[in-house]
Amino acid sequence: MSIRNLSTYFYTYAGVVKALDGVDLEIYKGETLGLVGETGCGKSVTALSIMQLVPNPPGRIVGGQILLEGEDLLKKSEEEMRKIRGAKISMVFQDPMTYINPVLTIGDQVSEVILLHQDLRKEVLSMKIEELQRKLDGVDPASGTARDFKSKIEELEKKKIDPPKPSKSEVKKAALKKTIETLKLVRMPYPERVVKQYPHELSGGMRQRAMIAMALSCGPSLLIADEATTALDVTIQAQILQLLNELKKEIGASILIITHDLGIVAEMCDRVGVMYAGVVVEYTGTKALFRKPLHPYTQGLLRSIPKLHKEMERLEIIPGSVPNLIYPPSGCRFHPRCPYVMEICKKERPSMFEPEEGHFVACYLYGRRGD
Amino acid sequence: MREAFPLKMRDYIIRRLLLLIPVLMGISMVTFTLSHMIGDPVAAYLPGGAVERIREQQIQQIIKAHHLDEPIYMQYWYYVNDIMRGDWGISRSDHDRPVVVSIQNYFPATFELTLVAIVVSLLMGIPMGIISATKKDKPADHATRLFSLTGISIPIFWFALLLQYTFFYQLKINKLPYLPLEGRVDDFVMISHPLKTVTGFYILDSIITGNWPVLISSLSHIILPGFALAYATLALITRMMRSSMLEVLRQDYITLAKSKGLSERVVIYKHALKNAMIPTVTVTGIAFGGLLAGAVLTETVFAWPGMGRWATGAILTDDIGAIMGFTLLIAVVYIVANLIVDLIYAALDPRIKLG
Amino acid sequence: MAELKSPLRMKSGISKWREDMAPRVRELRFTIYLLRQSPLVVAGFILMFAFIAMAIFAPWIAPYGPEERIWEAKLQPPSSQHIFGTDESGGDIFSRIIWASQLDLAIAVTVVVTAMAIGSAMGAASGYLGGKIDEVMMRITDIFLAFPALILAMTIAAALGRNLTNLTIALIVVWWPAYARLIRGQVLSEREKLYVEAARAVGAPTRRIIFRHVLPNSIYPLLVNATLDLGGVILTAAGLSFIGFGAGAGIAEWGRMIADGRNYLFQSPWMATFPGLAILLSALAMNLVGDGLRDVLDPRLRR
Repeated sequence: MSIRNLSTYFYTYAGVVKALDGVDLEIYKGETLGLVGETGCGKSVTALSIMQLVPNPPGRIVGGQILLEGEDLLKKSEEEMRKIRGAKISMVFQDPMTYINPVLTIGDQVSEVILLHQDLRKEVLSMKIEELQRKLDGVDPASGTARDFKSKIEELEKKKIDPPKPSKSEVKKAALKKTIETLKLVRMPYPERVVKQYPHELSGGMRQRAMIAMALSCGPSLLIADEATTALDVTIQAQILQLLNELKKEIGASILIITHDLGIVAEMCDRVGVMYAGVVVEYTGTKALFRKPLHPYTQGLLRSIPKLHKEMERLEIIPGSVPNLIYPPSGCRFHPRCPYVMEICKKERPSMFEPEEGHFVACYLYGRRGD
Repeated sequence: MREAFPLKMRDYIIRRLLLLIPVLMGISMVTFTLSHMIGDPVAAYLPGGAVERIREQQIQQIIKAHHLDEPIYMQYWYYVNDIMRGDWGISRSDHDRPVVVSIQNYFPATFELTLVAIVVSLLMGIPMGIISATKKDKPADHATRLFSLTGISIPIFWFALLLQYTFFYQLKINKLPYLPLEGRVDDFVMISHPLKTVTGFYILDSIITGNWPVLISSLSHIILPGFALAYATLALITRMMRSSMLEVLRQDYITLAKSKGLSERVVIYKHALKNAMIPTVTVTGIAFGGLLAGAVLTETVFAWPGMGRWATGAILTDDIGAIMGFTLLIAVVYIVANLIVDLIYAALDPRIKLG
Repeated sequence: MAELKSPLRMKSGISKWREDMAPRVRELRFTIYLLRQSPLVVAGFILMFAFIAMAIFAPWIAPYGPEERIWEAKLQPPSSQHIFGTDESGGDIFSRIIWASQLDLAIAVTVVVTAMAIGSAMGAASGYLGGKIDEVMMRITDIFLAFPALILAMTIAAALGRNLTNLTIALIVVWWPAYARLIRGQVLSEREKLYVEAARAVGAPTRRIIFRHVLPNSIYPLLVNATLDLGGVILTAAGLSFIGFGAGAGIAEWGRMIADGRNYLFQSPWMATFPGLAILLSALAMNLVGDGLRDVLDPRLRR
């Protein structure tokens, strides 16, 4: 996926909040991209903008392109987007308690995605064949009944090319089967029982697995995890992260991990984008970012993490505070807090420079206007 | 495997019914006290109108027979005993019938009316509330809000008169088909096609016994009073539905539902509605009290032969037996209605642990 | 400890009070601004003030006196001399509606203020003292709340005697339990809050805590309920008068006028129509204002 110059504004009472002001990102097939930044820098808004779920009365995507497999998602109609949501791109949210509907069962909430996006005719047919096969095994192979079963199976096998339209209950059964499969995929304990349970009957970790199941049930190309582990205990967090890592290999989807925790980025991501005040300021491979952070903001972030192996007198901070997005600073948004600020930083926003291969920074320390 | 009434639910019902007892006792005390403040206790037991011509001996007889010379707490004791045995006294204003019989006569009429009102309120109110919430700030929303604001501000009895004037008088003098002025059914129709009483509900009975003339007459008679009674409750439910729907649509799980690619319709009717119904159902229970009060006013205007009219007549003529009787009954009905509401609430929201 | 000589003199009396009040005044201005946003709410306020003005200035506005009867002019339809027509004894309906506003509004205000006072006192005491007293209070309010308002009021009014004073008393008795519950709830939730702990730790007496801390925070829901109840009382009082439990025959009271008008509903519909409109509009005003206040004072919806 290519995100080019994405801008999302919120038109509120107090003014226009420029939450995203020209965001550029690339997510390659099969890779895990991390998106880090402080609270309020626009990471979640980016995720919502990709899904086009930005709450419409105040918010609106005002510009840019989001290219997925060559097509610009921002040009698609609502109907087309609905086919993509949950099927091609799906999302896992932060707080499993508030993000799962309390009055519906887990099974229902996972099945509905499957029922919506998948054509289950083949599945129903396969189930019928399996059923007959099982009956066949339990019967004397020489008997007339066995012959009946065999011919029925042959008939059904022929229909595999263009399966008949199944009844509602058959479809539901097929969806249930797939739901349980998906729950097993996310290593949910006792999936047959969970399917009938309500969210409040599950633990936090199980609920989060349920949300992941809902997102993965239709094999998406892109999974967006928006602070997916923030609301969980540290031990559960570790379990969920491990799960995501394993699933990455099993499913082959790209994952966009949105977080403010650099530790998660280090563990999970192939590449990282650092966001500040609505723009991406640095963007490169994870190892490169940690070994040699280029943007002053990134440097500040990494410096401020207390380290166990070094003796420190006091904790390092980045002086100043996050800017008001209604009246953002002119030029480079970080300039009021930057220790290396130059005149040009106050006047014009830096574009992305590439001082090393694959390592992008939006800072005049690494390039001139026009590079 | 689910049972029809899970064990927890059964225990809950029993517990609630048991808790009713102290409240009922309190209510009976209140009714007892009140009725003794109204009028002369002796007069309550005299056949209507005989107050002037009684003899000392008769007074003494009455006093002895109804323990009126004993201390108050003893009288209360006898009262409670009588109630339990089914002797709720005599209704002087209702041809000296036993109160229990009066209730049997009048309760079905009021209940039928109230039921129609509730059904209309829910059937119209819930969809209106949903539309108002999903089309917020658009003309449909403003119209609905005006409609429901009027509904909670309008005096029911005046609205009833308005309905009579428009749909009876105006239609009639303009030679158009019109709705009946008052009563529950056309007397001529009742006499020529006598209705066999099964439940006491004319509409139901006429369907069961296939008595079409009475059915048509009953239906046409219940339209105006039903709607007059329903309007206020309809307005309340619409407002409640609107506000709880708006609240629900702001929730996180709605965002998740949308992120699955579900259509607007599914999001509203499957994910939002069930959650939004919960506060609405609670409001319905509270509104039920308003319906009972409204029934009094509506029955007066439409001469509907129900509990409301009987109650009003009883109070105006100091009919103590009747007053105690219906006050007790209304309180019981109201409490039972609230219990039902709680049960529905628990059925809708799986988070409620009934223990 | 050295004497602290502050370069600024301590602000005295009025200027200090004004300073204390400054944040409250700002809140008030913001509230008024929010209220002005919705045209419906503004309309409600205007209506409300109109009715209040009508009641206060009745003697100057009403063309005819409350008891004036012109027998020859009975049952006249609306005309230039009688804007809303006349009733069966020749009274001018327009004037009677204006005179009746004094009565109905007075009843409404009396009932709500008294019920609020009694209810708040009982509720605060119950909530703060807790224990057995609280339990008993809860049962008592349960019993009162088990009856629909109209019916309970009817019974009490009948017990006391059918006149306006008793009607008012009956309505007060019916309405106070709801306030008691409300205040009790507020007290209970505020009690858990830390600043009460702090006040207690400093040794502030109970009464002071309730008055200076708990009550000011309960003003908002109290105000909203009071406004909405004004409308409710107007409707209930009118209903009771209609059936015959309040204003006697001939008295200028909205509900009573409708009852009188009912006898002439078809020939002289104006008799019942206009008083009903008065009730509708005054209750509507109260509901609009109450709704507006509720939406505006909800802390979640501000900002």
